[in-house]
Amino acid sequence: MTDLLARESPMGLRVGVDERPARVELRRQVGRLERELAGLLAEGFGRVTVDYRVAAVAAAPRVLDLGELEQLRDELAERVADARVTLREQAEVETQNRELLRQMIASPADFKWAIVTRDDLGLPSCGAWHSRPRLGPIGMLMGWWRVKVSSGCPLSGRLAAVE
Amino acid sequence: MSADASESNLGWDPAPTQGWVAPHIAAEFPGLGISWVEVDGHPGRSPEPVRRRLRDLSDRFYGAQAIHMREQPIPWAYRVFYRQIGLDPDRARTPVEQLAFDRIRDGAFKSEGMPADALTVAIVETGVALRAFDADRLQGSLCVRDSAPGESLPGQPGELSQGTLTIADEKRPVALLFGETAAGYGVEPASRRLAIVAVQVKGVPQIAVSEALWMAAATVEAANP
Repeated sequence: MTDLLARESPMGLRVGVDERPARVELRRQVGRLERELAGLLAEGFGRVTVDYRVAAVAAAPRVLDLGELEQLRDELAERVADARVTLREQAEVETQNRELLRQMIASPADFKWAIVTRDDLGLPSCGAWHSRPRLGPIGMLMGWWRVKVSSGCPLSGRLAAVE
Repeated sequence: MSADASESNLGWDPAPTQGWVAPHIAAEFPGLGISWVEVDGHPGRSPEPVRRRLRDLSDRFYGAQAIHMREQPIPWAYRVFYRQIGLDPDRARTPVEQLAFDRIRDGAFKSEGMPADALTVAIVETGVALRAFDADRLQGSLCVRDSAPGESLPGQPGELSQGTLTIADEKRPVALLFGETAAGYGVEPASRRLAIVAVQVKGVPQIAVSEALWMAAATVEAANP
């Protein structure tokens, strides 16, 4: 026990310069990036797949050296940057879809048979806006188009009846 | 082990015993700590009140909470610590995230008997990482330290890589930190006294650790009147 206490630093961390402040700073950055990545993952959940995986640096728990911490920090930073890009691109698509829906509602005949789902808008649950003719073929011939809003998710009872 | 059950009406000392952290490890990881309580108890089927509590816990735990869990202070603190010691918290999950994953996969917190159910209740309620050992096998105070040259984990083949972070008693490592338990030190059918151990990391308040230990020990004791 005394021998264990006497050891001042883990094996492999003895260097000429005191690297501990650098390691502390890197660990702080890892913590901040981890929180940021968690937020981005939650923001994109159900809307878009965010790649958040960063492989383990060690096979067993141990004190990482400076190089390993830098590698970890860089990989987390890369994931955060990728996640931001993915979410920004998804947000642009959703904005375009919202604009499409606005135009579709304003002029259904210009968007015949077009469907915009809640998923396309980044909204949870089921549902869609569908441009379709009133009265079927008669509406098609007469140009009576409208946007019909679906009634949401199927009820479990109806699904059970189908099965 | 130092807990004196005879002095407490609870049957166990509600004040957690603080272990120590090797100084060079503590210097690297301020806030890292280990504490535990000892309680009489033996493995077995959980009584109905404990199983009902698990069901109640299942009813108020949803997928949305699992998704946002890693943003909450305590689960986040453990995730960060896992990263800092080289583990991937999405593969070797933190205790609370593992339970959340199991809850979503199984549809409920399934009863696995005592003391696992007691730990589940306390971990889910507080987020603190807990584990249980057979207290009668432990010798002296627990600590968090790195492995010395030539040390191994009983029951595991080969030596530990030097510098591996372990939970150890005064004789030898008894578990990897957030990893496997050495053979013979876990809770087994013959165990009659349990050490419920909390590993604290930076960002986890002491009050949460005390609450987690208290909750787990009280649940174990209630199941073994």
